[in-house]
Amino acid sequence: MLNIIKRSAAALAVASLVSAPVLARDLVINFDDPNPAPKEGFETAVEKFKAANPDINVIVNITDREAHKTAIRNFLSAEAPDVTSWYPGNRMAPFVNAGQFEDVSDLWEAEGFNESLASTQSAMTIDGKQWGVPYTYYQWGIYYRKDIFEANGIDVPATWDELLAASAKLKAAEITPITIGTKFLWTAAGVFDYLNLRTNGYEVHNDLTAGKIKYTDPRIVDVFNKWKELVEPGYFIENHATMSWQDALAPFVQGEAAMYVMGNFAVAAMRDAGLTDDQIDYFPFPEITPGVPRAEEAPADAFFIPSNAKNKEDARKFLAFVAQPDVQTEWNATIGQLPINSNSSVGDDKFLQKGFETVSTAQGLAQFYDRDAPAEMAKGGMEGFQEFMIKPERMDAILERLDKIQDRVYK
Amino acid sequence: MTTASGNAATLQGSAKPPSWLHRNRIKLAPWFFLLPGLIFFSVYVIIPIFQSIWISLFAWDGLGAKEWVGMANYVELIDDDRFYTSLKNNLWWLVLYMLAVPAGLAIALFLNQTVTGIRFYKSMFFFPFVISQVVVGLIFSWFYNPSFGVVGIVWEFFGATPPSILGDEDLVTFGIIFAGLWPQIAYCMILYLTGLNNVSPDQVEAGRLDNAKGWKMLWYIILPQLKPATFIAIVVTVIGALRSFDLIAIMTQGGPYGSSNVLAYFMFETALSEYGFRYGYGSAIATVLFVIMLVYISFFLWRMYQDEKG
Repeated sequence: MLNIIKRSAAALAVASLVSAPVLARDLVINFDDPNPAPKEGFETAVEKFKAANPDINVIVNITDREAHKTAIRNFLSAEAPDVTSWYPGNRMAPFVNAGQFEDVSDLWEAEGFNESLASTQSAMTIDGKQWGVPYTYYQWGIYYRKDIFEANGIDVPATWDELLAASAKLKAAEITPITIGTKFLWTAAGVFDYLNLRTNGYEVHNDLTAGKIKYTDPRIVDVFNKWKELVEPGYFIENHATMSWQDALAPFVQGEAAMYVMGNFAVAAMRDAGLTDDQIDYFPFPEITPGVPRAEEAPADAFFIPSNAKNKEDARKFLAFVAQPDVQTEWNATIGQLPINSNSSVGDDKFLQKGFETVSTAQGLAQFYDRDAPAEMAKGGMEGFQEFMIKPERMDAILERLDKIQDRVYK
Repeated sequence: MTTASGNAATLQGSAKPPSWLHRNRIKLAPWFFLLPGLIFFSVYVIIPIFQSIWISLFAWDGLGAKEWVGMANYVELIDDDRFYTSLKNNLWWLVLYMLAVPAGLAIALFLNQTVTGIRFYKSMFFFPFVISQVVVGLIFSWFYNPSFGVVGIVWEFFGATPPSILGDEDLVTFGIIFAGLWPQIAYCMILYLTGLNNVSPDQVEAGRLDNAKGWKMLWYIILPQLKPATFIAIVVTVIGALRSFDLIAIMTQGGPYGSSNVLAYFMFETALSEYGFRYGYGSAIATVLFVIMLVYISFFLWRMYQDEKG
């Protein structure tokens, strides 16, 4: 409804400008985050784009993220915008395979993105072609209550044993070591990905999500055994299956829980809840198997051109624009995330600085379990992770079930 | 009526015999009136049923080409644990939701008296049915929360560790059904209250003369007169149990790990949710759900037919 109003308002604006010297071309952009900071970042960038291209009439539709995930399947074929936001990796695969996204390899070639956006090039590539342009990404890791760590004499853990020791100490002080809310499943996948990346490394993560390794493989069983060392002593918060990630933030804010395996977007929520930068801090997930090169979770968000777009020429202009170093610098400073263009600069926030340090020195960047694995596998896998966190004794049955799903999904 | 049409013909003074349309207009009229309804009913209900059955024979993600797989979706369904969990939960819903009927009757009998302000009390009891199911779901999920919900506080008062009702695979379905019963009881209650208004005082009086009291009065005099209300109450409760979608979507999304799924939500999750988009498999679930409902619908129709026959 709002979109209709916006569109008709835009149409009216166009109609009232009949005397304008150049006939404006419409460029319709669908964006998927109405939260204050992301919306501001996007709108500022759009204003800048308009100023640079006065002959393009930009029409913006901003929808809620969950609604966007459903709507995209309709609007790509029915009434395609010229640009839409979406996610890389396997999340874009169904649309790429169905021929609904435009190949933008030419743009990558012409604008030199293969160098400047190299860190996410592989995530944007299917069949050797690039299908969109990323504008932001963010680090994952462990966010912790610095004040609680200090009060209990705990140092930042750098190894698995230190993490276990820190957890035991917190537990003894009647503080839940790690908070998590698994109602919407994906948070558990974050923990699994890190345990896997640290135990086995980047290659195994990729092979597992590509269906080349079974879940009953000894290496994956190892990951679950490590996970058990956190689950069985009760280091994760109770009742996590009924909480969203925002619900799970409450014990963290109230000082009842001390660590949170999360993405950097959680920092804004922590600050909004009244925590100061003296109370919260970040450390990369500790080492598990010594010598495994460190890889990180760093999901990116990107813009795509639907194949049915009417104004692909200006859409390409917009995609080139969002990848510019200055645009990415300003945009990501607003939304508190990391720019992808290697010529951009990172905001001077301590989490961004530390995150950039972590991500830029990593051997590989994983998108996230539910973006690297196909949707059906991701759903089954994440339900399995949640079940394991509640009933760790069912490990074998869960892994066998995941193998069964894997057999079916990757025929 | 036939003479009327004959008159019309003579009035026109034409020698031509009346047209076919003209001759059959009495027979055709009801169909013309039914036509708009029939068209919409077929487009939105009948045809989609057959489309779903057809799609259930394909593997299809809604974007690419459909791939014919025959009965493979059904074979997979037979081997799918989540399907049996959902089916079992559907049965629990059907059985336990029926408690709304006697509970509604009990409250209706209790409220069927003339005291000052009884209308206010009645409307308060009816209140939960007026609230949206979404709100009911939200309220109950807070209510059940072990750390800040009422359930947690009560448990802790007795020194016990509160259970995480919505996080426990064995309790979660019952927790949601209980939340669903709250508005459903109110609905049954209102049906019985209207029914009680129509109970004939003569028969009650006659029963009293024959020394009927308490349970006997209820069972032999009141309940038989409430039969139409009971029938409707059962029908709406069965429908409510089979439609138990919104509460599950709000309270658990089928979780933890699918243990509170019912067929309707399982179908939605498979065909339309974020990680789903398996239209073929979703349609297979829909077809099975349809067959189950068909049993109930046929019974319902047969019953209606019997009643109307007299």
